[in-house]
Order: sequence, then structure tokens, then C-alpha cells
Amino acid sequence: MRLGYLIREGFRSITTHGFMSFATVTIIVACLIIMGSVSLLSLNIDALIKDLEDQNEVVVFVDETVADEAAARDLQPYIESVANVSSAQFVSRDEAMDSFMSKYDSSLMEGIDSDVFRHRYIVHLSDIAYMSQTKLELEAIPGVAKVNAHLDYAQSFVTIRNVVTVVSLVLIVMLVFVSFFIMSNTIKLATFGRREEIAIMKMVGATNGFIRLPFVVEGLVLGMMGGGLAFLAEWGLYNVVTGRVVGTITGTFLNVIPFRNVALEVFAVYMAVGVLVGAFGGVNAIKNYLKV
Amino acid sequence: MVLMQNVRKVYESSNTVALDNVSLTIEDGEFVFLVGPSGSGKTTLMKLITGEVRPTSGKVIVNDFDMSTIKRRKLPKMRRTLGVVFQDYRLIENMNVYDNVAFAMRVVGAPNREIKERVPYILELVGLGGREKRMPGELSGGEQQRVGIARALVNSPRMIVADEPTGNLDPVRSLELMLLLEKINEMGTTVVVVTHEKELVNAFSKRVITIDSGEKTGDSSEGGYYGI
Repeated sequence: MRLGYLIREGFRSITTHGFMSFATVTIIVACLIIMGSVSLLSLNIDALIKDLEDQNEVVVFVDETVADEAAARDLQPYIESVANVSSAQFVSRDEAMDSFMSKYDSSLMEGIDSDVFRHRYIVHLSDIAYMSQTKLELEAIPGVAKVNAHLDYAQSFVTIRNVVTVVSLVLIVMLVFVSFFIMSNTIKLATFGRREEIAIMKMVGATNGFIRLPFVVEGLVLGMMGGGLAFLAEWGLYNVVTGRVVGTITGTFLNVIPFRNVALEVFAVYMAVGVLVGAFGGVNAIKNYLKV
Repeated sequence: MVLMQNVRKVYESSNTVALDNVSLTIEDGEFVFLVGPSGSGKTTLMKLITGEVRPTSGKVIVNDFDMSTIKRRKLPKMRRTLGVVFQDYRLIENMNVYDNVAFAMRVVGAPNREIKERVPYILELVGLGGREKRMPGELSGGEQQRVGIARALVNSPRMIVADEPTGNLDPVRSLELMLLLEKINEMGTTVVVVTHEKELVNAFSKRVITIDSGEKTGDSSEGGYYGI
């Protein structure tokens, strides 16, 4: 009976202190959207850089001594066994010539045999930060003549990626702190008006647990409402913004992460932050009033 | 029962001596006025009884609880042996009369059936029968204080401590309220009334303990408050 009463009290409190409940939920929603939007932006930039990195391929040329195509193809497992190689695609000298002719003026190649081209592998790396080390390992494979790798591009991508990661992390951590501060202060403000109520409870012999539980229930419910509403708002906002961005920059390589790909994670994080801030914020806010 | 022995209370933040070497005993079933001018230490004495502050030195025993050493988690149990009435009523504004009183029973885990029987009985006793659904804001000061008394009384405490209960009431309502407290005392509950209202104290022939500048300056069992 008592537990049921305390839970009901928590719910009742939300409506009887309607304005403060509204303010608390609004602040939670606003903070979560700011935090979430910066995180999603950073996630998209990271994915974009990763895309660009993936386009930065390494070409492994097979030595002319391995003239036979079948023998050249036999090198594939050795190339794939090198750490950091994510894929290796064999390109025969005929295919290489066709590709060359399709890109450039085919008249240049008139009378020239495909033997001038080497068999080759188009290799993609798992992490371009280790490109120079991978290049050395590939060159060490018997039968490999040369490895073409744009080390300078790779270095630039790595630098950009590191800067973006650090900037996003710093920004997100700062926003998390600021948001927690704002949210807990809003909850403190919301409970300030109820210190009299708490003092009365103490004077009639209420235990701290009895006083806290309705606040925990109230905080949990407000936190979940805030988390849920922020998720829905973020979903709408993300789709509108990404729709506009993609619509404006059509024809480019720009790909944004669809919201459904991250929806579960966003929902889980929003609910967790909402519940944590709501419940702990509520308990923390009344802590001082319980010391009577 | 209250027993105070050589009690001294110093507020460290302001280095104020609120009470100095106060000794007194209030037996079960007594009606006592605790009087003195503003700033004399009456409220501190009351706070020592309710456990809101602890003595700097000396011994304070309230209803078999040693308030000098009581653990914080034991305070709710001790407070359930008391009923506290405040000058400013301290009712919960968004609860009606019935819920304000029932709330005190819910705090101690009383079953619903008992609450439904006890609350109307107590409200009838304090003269508020039929006003269960009213909100505090719809009541006069005297009626609000009666709700406060009903709340203090509903758990059948051993003692009622009233801090300036008539401070916000006119003389007629003040007298009515004192008569109600006297009636409660006659039913067996110890009543301690903190006040500085001379006329009211002198209208009753009750024990009067006088506090002035933090010291006990008088203890008259025949009543009478002659201070300034």
C-alpha cells in the first residue's frame, strides 16, 4: 500500500507542480538536442572522412617476372594476409589497359600491347594511418615490384580525422557538463518551492526514504518524458537538416548517415541521460532539505 | 516527558549563546507554557525537543530518546511520539483538509482503513467536521491552525509542542485554540506551548516556565507571566 501510495504521489506531483515539470522537461529536451546534434554532426564528419579514406587506394604492381596471370593471381592470399589490408582486388594487365584507354585518349595506345602494363592489385586499407608500414610489408612480398601509395594524402586525412575527433570530443564533453549543470539546476529550482513540504514531512516523522521515493519517481518520469521527446524532436530535426544538405549539394560524394542507422543508440543514450539526470537530479536537489 | 540537564546551546556560525545552563523537567500529562521575550531562546529550546538542533553540552531526553546522542536515522521514530504545531500552520497548499491530516498517518505507514476512520474523528474533535474537502486557502487562520492541530494529534502523540500557535490569530480565536489544546491535554496528551502572549498565559492556571537571555528565570506551577 505504502509503495503504491508513494509512486502515485510521484505522478501526482508532476501535475500539481505542472509549470516546473514543464520547465524541467523542456530543459532536458533542449540540452539533449544540443548534445545529440553535435554528436551526430561529429559522427557524420567522421563517416565522411572514412569514406574519403576508403577512396584512397593503394596499388600493388606485380613483378614482370610473374608474367603468367594465374601466377599473379596466386599472390592474392599473401597480400590479403598483410595486417591492415581490408580488401585486395586483382586487375590483369588487359583490364588495366582497358581502364587506361577509357580514361585517356585511346589513340595514344594504338599499336601498343598490353604487356607494357603490369598485373596489379587494388588494395584498400583498414586504417590509412598505418599506410607507410603496410606499404613496406606489401613491398616485402616476393613477386611484388612496386607499391604506389599516396602517403602525403593519407597523412592529411589522418591529421583532419584526429583534429575532428579531438574537437568533437572536447565539444561533446563540454556540452555534457554544461547540460548536466543546467538540468540539475532546473530540477533544484523545481524542488526549491517544495522545501516547506519536505520540512513538514520531516516534522511528522517521515523517513528520508519516504520523502525521496516520490521525487525519484517524479524525476524518472520527467527524465523519460524529456528523453523520449528529445528523441522524437532529434529525429525530425535530423531528417529536415540532412534532407536540405543532401538536396543542396546533389551530385557530390556527400553521404549522410540515415537516422534509422543510429536511432536505437540515440534513443538509448537519450533515455539513459534523461533517467539519470531526472532521478539523481531529484534526489540530489532535496539532499539539503533532508538534513533537518 | 522532557528532561533537560545543564543544557547549553551555542550557534557556532554566529557564536551566539542561545541557551545556558538550562535544567527542567516536563512530566507526562502536563500542560506547560514556555514563555519569554523575542530572542530569549524559547525557539531553540523547542528545536532541542523536536531534534532540529542538538545541545552543545548537557543532556536532553524527550520521550525516552536521548537527543544529545540520537542517530539521524532514529529521528523519524522519535518525532512520531511528538505532534508539532507551527505559528504559520505549515499546511500543504495543494492538499485538502482531509489529505493534510491523513498525510501524517500515511507517513507512519497507517493502513487506509484506519486513516478513513481516524481522520474524520480528529477533524470532528478540533471542530472541523464537514470541512474535509476544503483547501487551506479557503479557511480562516483559526481554522487552518485547527487543521495543524488535527495533523499533530492524528497519530496519538505522547506530546504536542506548539510554537506560537496563536501568533497569527485574533484574541477570540487564540482563546478558542488554547481551550482546544487544554481539552487535548485533559485527554492525556502532554502539551507544551511556546508563546510570548502574556494575557493568554495569564488566562489559564497552568505551569509557566520563563526563559530570558538563554537562561531559565522562572518556573511557576500556578501560572502567571509577568515578564516584559
